Amino acid sequence: MSLLELRGMRTDIGQYAVLHGIDLAVPEGGTFVLLGRNGAGKTTTLRSIMGLWRPSPGSVHFRGTDISALATADIARRGIAYVPENMGIFGGLTVEENLILATARGRFDGARLKRIQALFPALERFWTKQAWSLSGGQKQMLSVARAIVEPRDLILIDEPTKGLAPAIVAAMAEAFREIAQETTILLVEQNFNFARSLGSNMAVIDDGRVVHRGTMADFAADKEAQGRLLGLSA
Amino acid sequence: MSGVMTRASETLGRFGGVNLLPLWIALAAFLLIGVPSSWVTLTVAGLAMGMMVFLMASGLSLVFGLMDVLNFGHSAFVSFGAFVAATVLAALGGWLDGGPLLASAALACALIAAIAFGLAAGLFFERVIIKPVYRDHLRQILITMGALIVSEQIILAVWGGTPVTVPRPAFLEGAWIIGDVSIEIYRLFAFGLGALVFLGLILLLNRTRIGLLIRAGVENREMVESLGFKIDRLFIGVFMLGSALAALGGAMWAGYETLITPALGGEMMIVVFIVVIIGGLGSIEGTLLGALIVGLTANYVGYLAPKLALASNMILMMAILMWRPSGLRPAVK
Repeated sequence: MSLLELRGMRTDIGQYAVLHGIDLAVPEGGTFVLLGRNGAGKTTTLRSIMGLWRPSPGSVHFRGTDISALATADIARRGIAYVPENMGIFGGLTVEENLILATARGRFDGARLKRIQALFPALERFWTKQAWSLSGGQKQMLSVARAIVEPRDLILIDEPTKGLAPAIVAAMAEAFREIAQETTILLVEQNFNFARSLGSNMAVIDDGRVVHRGTMADFAADKEAQGRLLGLSA
Repeated sequence: MSGVMTRASETLGRFGGVNLLPLWIALAAFLLIGVPSSWVTLTVAGLAMGMMVFLMASGLSLVFGLMDVLNFGHSAFVSFGAFVAATVLAALGGWLDGGPLLASAALACALIAAIAFGLAAGLFFERVIIKPVYRDHLRQILITMGALIVSEQIILAVWGGTPVTVPRPAFLEGAWIIGDVSIEIYRLFAFGLGALVFLGLILLLNRTRIGLLIRAGVENREMVESLGFKIDRLFIGVFMLGSALAALGGAMWAGYETLITPALGGEMMIVVFIVVIIGGLGSIEGTLLGALIVGLTANYVGYLAPKLALASNMILMMAILMWRPSGLRPAVK
């Protein structure tokens, strides 16, 4: 059974139909990458899974249960974390406060926190600083750290490398590989090289529909499909 | 123009930033007034007025910042707080003359009754009036303005149109005379209570998990929900708190004015909105700063240039918004 299954998911934003019936199955474990051009519907897919936009008709099944009618908070409590494209950090809160807010009982699991600080050493350095003062890369680290401060079954991550320096992107890839050891990541990404280094399974969305699905290894070898579906040159 | 504003910001930054603005206003007024005793009286009056307006405005600022709700009916809670407190004080009139202990008990009953009414009315208002119009500013303005009018009519129906006298406990009457300086005791009490509420709010916002959630929710509601928190419950709690604070502010204002009319809420609404806008939406510290500046300026201008008194708040708001369009200390968004 898949960890997450989207069945005919259609989402309208105002009068515009953005998703036209997404069918997708995300297996448990590893990183599943969702690729696609700008405006294809990748972010809308993640937001619809989180209940931030309501799919109608269609459904979202998590561990076999339909969660599409649940409130966002209830979806999160089922073990799904979300790292939005704009990172969604709370700039007026300190790094520590941003993280502690995401804990279930208002206190850290010491061992887990140590692992997070080892993954993202900058966060410990700026522990008591307000988050708005962090650099773009540090904010992205904080956003990802917040998603894993408690054990999660699935983490939805939206374009984490956008606007980041290559060195930060490399560090982020390393962190994602480690995170994927204990949880499942559904990653939306436009940086194909970054996505290729992480994903085991993948799908391509275009114009609100899944137009390709398969293994990353096969897709990485298929230059023609990359050109046709993503506009990448050979 | 922007160059002038930048230079003003840099100069103010060198002198402690916006937090010390009330102090610089007070010092400037001292030089202009020239009579120390008058200056002290005006300053205490300005600080007391500022603290009472802070009580009324702090809830509106949080509701604005967290819920993105334009509640023009907020001042109805101010009116109801004033009338409920006046009614309780009148009913306990015998206690007011029965020594400091009984008089204190009467005052406490009046303030608690106003707060309780604010909590209950806030719950009703949020569920029945505000909830159906979340995310729709135009309808929020229309429906909350309508609610304010209905509230005024309810007050008229219950308490009548003639001004209501608000009895004060004897221990808050009179003034302390120090040399040729006269300081009204009630103003000191209002300032002290406002300061206590401010400290309580700061502790709530900075030292508790609920406070952390409110601060986070002011910045990004969606993300708070994505972390597993039901923002609706937070909205209700904050709305009730804001309404209770407004009612407390109204009760204190009633004791300050000692004669109240049903138009009280409408009259205070403009001042409250000015304070919230110049302080910066969603920020308690900004609201306090805005309230103190408004209180001090209103008193100083009323003394120095009485003809400008009515316009002083508007001029102040225009000047501050030209300098800082988001207010003095807005919450980080």
